[in-house]
Amino acid sequence: MTRNLSAHLRRLEAESISIIYEVASEFRHPVMLYSIGKDSGVMLHLASKAFQPGRLPFPLMHVDTTWKFQEMIAFRDQIAKEFGFELIVHVNKEGLERGINPIDSGSAVHTNVMKTEALRQALDAHGFDAAMGGARRDEEKSRAKERIFSFRGPNHTWDPRNQRPELWHLFNTKIRRGESMRVFPLSNWTELDVWQYIFAEDIPLPSLYFAQERPVVNRAGSLIMVDDERFRLEPGEPPQMRRVRFRTLGCYPLCGAIESDAATVADIVREMHSARTSERQGRLIDGDRSASMERKKREGYF
Amino acid sequence: MEMLDRRDASTGDIPVASKDLLRFLTCGSVDDGKSTLIGRLLYDTKLILEDHMATLESDSRKFGTTGDEVDLALLLDGLEAEREQGITIDVAYRFFATGRRSFIVADTPGHEQYTRNMATGASNTEFAVLVLDARAGLRTQTQRHSIICSLLGICHIVLAVNKMDLVGHDKEVFDRIVRDYVAFADSLPFTSVVPVPISARFGDNVTSRSPNTPWYDGPTLLEHLETVDIESHVMAKPFRLAVQRVNRPSADCRGFAGRIASGRVHTGDQIVVARGGTVSTVSRIMGVDGDVEEAGAGDIVTVELAENIDVARGDLLGDPRERPVVADQFAAHIIWMAEEPLLPGRSYLMRVGTAWTLASVSAIKHKIDVADMTHLAAPTLSLNDIGVCNLSTSVPVAFDPYEENRETGCFILVDRETDHTVGAGMISFALRRATNIHHEPLAADKSLRAHMKHQNPCILWFTGLSGSGKSTIARALEDRLTGAGYHTYMLDGDNLRHGINRDLGFTDADRVENIRRAGEVAKLFVDSGLIVLCALISPFRAGRHMVRDLVEDDEFFEVFVETPLEECMRRDPKGLYLKAKSGALKNFTGVDSPYEVPEHPDLTLHTLEASPEALAEIVLRRLRDTGHLL
Repeated sequence: MTRNLSAHLRRLEAESISIIYEVASEFRHPVMLYSIGKDSGVMLHLASKAFQPGRLPFPLMHVDTTWKFQEMIAFRDQIAKEFGFELIVHVNKEGLERGINPIDSGSAVHTNVMKTEALRQALDAHGFDAAMGGARRDEEKSRAKERIFSFRGPNHTWDPRNQRPELWHLFNTKIRRGESMRVFPLSNWTELDVWQYIFAEDIPLPSLYFAQERPVVNRAGSLIMVDDERFRLEPGEPPQMRRVRFRTLGCYPLCGAIESDAATVADIVREMHSARTSERQGRLIDGDRSASMERKKREGYF
Repeated sequence: MEMLDRRDASTGDIPVASKDLLRFLTCGSVDDGKSTLIGRLLYDTKLILEDHMATLESDSRKFGTTGDEVDLALLLDGLEAEREQGITIDVAYRFFATGRRSFIVADTPGHEQYTRNMATGASNTEFAVLVLDARAGLRTQTQRHSIICSLLGICHIVLAVNKMDLVGHDKEVFDRIVRDYVAFADSLPFTSVVPVPISARFGDNVTSRSPNTPWYDGPTLLEHLETVDIESHVMAKPFRLAVQRVNRPSADCRGFAGRIASGRVHTGDQIVVARGGTVSTVSRIMGVDGDVEEAGAGDIVTVELAENIDVARGDLLGDPRERPVVADQFAAHIIWMAEEPLLPGRSYLMRVGTAWTLASVSAIKHKIDVADMTHLAAPTLSLNDIGVCNLSTSVPVAFDPYEENRETGCFILVDRETDHTVGAGMISFALRRATNIHHEPLAADKSLRAHMKHQNPCILWFTGLSGSGKSTIARALEDRLTGAGYHTYMLDGDNLRHGINRDLGFTDADRVENIRRAGEVAKLFVDSGLIVLCALISPFRAGRHMVRDLVEDDEFFEVFVETPLEECMRRDPKGLYLKAKSGALKNFTGVDSPYEVPEHPDLTLHTLEASPEALAEIVLRRLRDTGHLL
């Protein structure tokens, strides 16, 4: 075994796999949420290591808002084929029929209907009692206090005052009908840990993470990539070709790109050492006010 | 492996992760400046990013307590509500890294009522930074937190004497606080205590040496965090692996997967399954990157054994030369974390390793006053109490004493009604009687006695408000059963209180014990082949669950005698409601003490709609249908 992992990354890896075992063993019908991003990629990689050479004992699920980058969808389908896991894709059809979209409805409504509501619909429809997600505590202030096993009451409500203390590795996995658990195996990873692990383990990612010339427009200080014909350009606003990449992936009209020359994982890790903005900053949905993430969580967003 | 260093960016190599990871917690009294200190560490190690800084500046103007300056504490207080209150009310985890180490910081609150959060933070850390205010010196909270740290097995302490700027960076003040602390902590089993004079607000001795304290020649706080030796010797301890999962990589082999808690394992080693004591040989070890010859503490492995023996999730594998303890009675420290007090005799779900079982506290020996380590007598444990207790479990559990092994000596208690985590425990030792008392095999067994009586024994547990008609219906039923030649016995709550339960009152704790004794007596009668009719108010669901668990599944019927409170008050056969309402009788169920309605009773009898004889007939019919009357 000649792996180039530091003791620090090996410890994070082992802790995460141990959490995944807990979920697979203690819940009746667990699911792993797959958002196609780097954190999902790491989580999926850990899960396949946990159960190798066997198959994953749970399906993966992608909540598709229909506004993801086209490349993300192609990448998702290719990975599903290569890994051979069961993939559930859920779209909030009712939201689509109501014409909800990020451009006309605004980021808050779009995210609420097409992500938060859609996720609840999908969890209810399949009767999942535990959903693993790739969120990390270092992403945002309100997540710093999130549990690894985060209890959700009936209707997926999250009550910050009513979370269970987590001691040692003794997770309280008890729930009743109508209740569920969101589980975050990557809770203790930082963005830098994720990139260094991707580098060491050679985990495939969509090319959107890497710098190349892309057509973008400047909207309120964010560089938005024009990914398809649904994007409406203002008069006198031709897309410019800029060398950019994305630190997080989501709905393309809501994802700000950063100008960068980092074309490989190694470049990105190097760039991060001089980075001065946090990764969620490119996300337009967080911008409303500083406690907006906490509000979204109470409503059931991850 | 290279260390992470910003300079690497220019060399063309990827800067790699830090060598290792240190988890530490910060604790101290309210306003001693813990959050400001962590904010300072993040700020000085450049972990505060531009957009976080912008949020911080706007928040500082809104909520800050530092005037025009940026309030570093606001970086950490994550949830909206507590930011407005200006206090930290939960454990927040923060991350930073330097060239030498990565750090995970658990910031825990200083409020006295949030001791449970501190214990939570301490359970997963190796190291604690105790922050105290130089102006105030050693306070009760600092002592309290030191004792909790030592109970949870933290060996290394940094005493961060903060706000040195407010005492003129005076060496005398610092020396006096250090002397006081050393005198106090002398009896605690800390391996190291390192005092550092700091000012979190201005950065003195946090990450860089302060010109204001020329008399101090020790390390800065960060230097110490980067270099402190926290080798916990888990590798040198006996091999332990709690089985998380049985994997079946192929049809003919079973692999036992989990994370090694301590020690090492090599192919060809003998291992023991702690419960049951079966010994087998390790034939194969699969790591996360394929087969390995050897693995050690912290590694994820799937182990295959040469012999086909019974192993399941919940089992603890260990070194047969140094076996884990297996017992169903043991002594432990319990930290109580719920508003509802711990009641001796009540049964809770207990998780030890990967095993779940039922457990109850058989005795609270004393609780510990964590301000000065003195022992206090206690009938119950309240929120944030730490008690030394005896516990008994429904099946034997495998463990090591917490002092010897932090990974395998801990447990949590979960309330059976709410599923909340209500207690955390650290096992001290098995009680001798657990290993010495064996169940005496009895000459005639239950089924033989039942056969002789042409009946299958069971408990009919009548529960309901005082005056609801429990005893009346039970007596009517007993008349019918004895008249038909069946063998019964009746246990009436009031009568028991004249004899076996004469020493008990009506507090919640005494009510639990009252039910426990009634249940145990009923169980003995079931063993003797009788149909036992129990008429007790038994207001708590947990108490009734406890009795149900004493006997086999088909030997317990919960019979809910449902009579509205107004009707019971109208009947008031013993004049008790009148007394209770006048205040002459305390803790009376339905008046000033709750009755928890059964959620899934086996039978519900509505006394407003039928006579006691008709209701007894309903129970009789049920006993025939279930085959209890032959």
